[in-house]
Amino acid sequence: MYEQMVTARYYEERLQEEYLEGKQPAFDISAGPIPGELHLAAGHEASGIGVCAHLRDEDTVTAPHRPHHIAIAKGVDLNRMTAEIFGRETGLCRGKGGHMHLFDPDVNFACSGIIAQGCPPAVGAALASKKRNDDTVAVAFLGDGAISQGGFLESLNLAALQGLPVVFVVEDNDWAISMPKERVSSIENGAERAVGFGMPGVRVDYDDVLAVYDAAEAAVERARAGNGPTLLELQVHRRMGHFMGDAESYRTNEDIDWADKQDPIPKLAADMRDAGVSDERIDELAASARERVEAAIEWAKEQPLPDPETAYEDVFVTEEPRRPAVPTGGDD
Amino acid sequence: MSRAQTPPMGDRERTMSRAMVEAIAWEMERNEEVFVMGEDVADYGGIFDSTQGLLEQFGHDRIMDVPISETAFIGAAVGAAQQGMRPIAELMFTDFFGVCMDQIYNQMAKNTYMSGGAFNVPMVLMTAVGGTYNDAAQHSQTLYGTFAHLPGMKVVVPSTAYDAKGLMHSAIRDDDPVVYMFHKRLMGIGWMPAPAGPKTGVPEEDYTIPFGEADVKRTGEDATVVTLGLHVHRALEAAETLAGDGIDTEVVDLRTLVPLDTETVLESVRKTGRLVVVDEDYRSFGVTGEIVARVAEEALGDLEAVQRVAVPDVPIPYSRPLEDEVIPGVEDIEAAVRATQ
Repeated sequence: MYEQMVTARYYEERLQEEYLEGKQPAFDISAGPIPGELHLAAGHEASGIGVCAHLRDEDTVTAPHRPHHIAIAKGVDLNRMTAEIFGRETGLCRGKGGHMHLFDPDVNFACSGIIAQGCPPAVGAALASKKRNDDTVAVAFLGDGAISQGGFLESLNLAALQGLPVVFVVEDNDWAISMPKERVSSIENGAERAVGFGMPGVRVDYDDVLAVYDAAEAAVERARAGNGPTLLELQVHRRMGHFMGDAESYRTNEDIDWADKQDPIPKLAADMRDAGVSDERIDELAASARERVEAAIEWAKEQPLPDPETAYEDVFVTEEPRRPAVPTGGDD
Repeated sequence: MSRAQTPPMGDRERTMSRAMVEAIAWEMERNEEVFVMGEDVADYGGIFDSTQGLLEQFGHDRIMDVPISETAFIGAAVGAAQQGMRPIAELMFTDFFGVCMDQIYNQMAKNTYMSGGAFNVPMVLMTAVGGTYNDAAQHSQTLYGTFAHLPGMKVVVPSTAYDAKGLMHSAIRDDDPVVYMFHKRLMGIGWMPAPAGPKTGVPEEDYTIPFGEADVKRTGEDATVVTLGLHVHRALEAAETLAGDGIDTEVVDLRTLVPLDTETVLESVRKTGRLVVVDEDYRSFGVTGEIVARVAEEALGDLEAVQRVAVPDVPIPYSRPLEDEVIPGVEDIEAAVRATQ
């Protein structure tokens, strides 16, 4: 898990650097090698990685607009994901999806850029699992801003009613763009909403991957055993703006410093040392993570941009199966 | 058609977002019943600056940040409007309207009709539209045609600061629901540079631009380009190049889709004989088809050539060369005008 945590963190740091290239000195969202908006998840690693540690390739994950750490944890091909973010032909979605819309059928991973709208499809995947009587589970990730959204609340009800193998994971980073959590919900513990739907609700209220791992283990096992859904609310921290370019004028410096202090990565390293893991081993894991990220970014940047004519393809299913469309990165 | 008198632009220049905010503030100062509700409209000032500075002036009671509960807050605006208040609800991106569409097209748009006029819904629903910044298929649509197609709501699409202010005053004072769609690329926000055109002179006083009056942004003799929003500016740029080759292009800015000023379009086509309709929305079943149909119904005999320039019925892709391919550019408009000659 430590290697995945640092992979996700380096990945975000490197994406940030690449994203800002060409956008300086005056920030212009449509300039530079990475197009569009970029929502970074630094500070969210414990959630994606602690939860996905219990998942197999056949299990479904739907991620929101801040998906990179979850994708890495689920085993999405890092090279092709990076190529997608750079808008390249060999990207996961042939340059059509971009960073908020990563799709990898090999590990059953999908995204939506619309708040909470990944929840109903996760319920659908769980429904398929129940109908086919296999033991796969589905996990829907969403942010704390999404807990007031109809799509989320309706999904909880349907999943509970049908006893579906799905886990709803709320990543509580305290902020929905400029709205602090206390201004979007009249209850502090979002997991309490589960009670009203007749399912367990569990909150991990400190940012720690080992605690997340334990809570998720129980939820995933419950789902896999056919005992129905669980709502998990996990405290994480937003170390950056809502999107790159967000000056966060609505947020105090104290809050930003606080988020910084809750960093789950040094916390895990300290736990590992306590458990007898050597500093050399920890450094080795970090170095290999860094190498993997650099290789993915280098590979992605060498990939060709798509032929404009391909813009007209994929509106409907094509007769020739296209996947894998192009040489894959061979990362995982 | 008689034209309303609007004040001269003057030389007090404003961005489109500032002009919109001026109108909202003016209406709020004079009418306690006007308030704003939306996601990140207060502390953030609107992601696209559409409510910038209003919190400081009016406080959280009248500039209300709401949870991400679109069905609830847009429906609440409908309810408040039916009680005679004048809510302005913002939903950041037009792409997000799907999650609360029932409140928009079954409640907001139909309650006046279904109640036999017993209730009316004097609210403004404003939202950002458009691509050109590579944000992919869930954040780049315009969907002009969707809202214009469903009866019961007026649809406003400003292209300049002057128009944006006058149309906003009209929208807030209107007794019907108005969908006010502003293009992100025209707002004058720092991180998304606007073309030169939308920043115009804006009078200090309040003024209204009546709905259903298109504006001829450039007069010409050889071809008529009918368009709206960002593509007014792309059409004007194309017209400059075409003028160099001796093709004199008239550019008609529709400004409102509902009501639609068919008369101005017809007048122009009767003069030029050649019609090009440019839209950033999808080609099929949309604005381009509607305009061509109306001209065909009323002025078929004057029509020598027709071209449509629109998004070719694909979702907006992410990667830059793909997005450039499908969103109409200046060259596409130029080529279409040439094709009519």
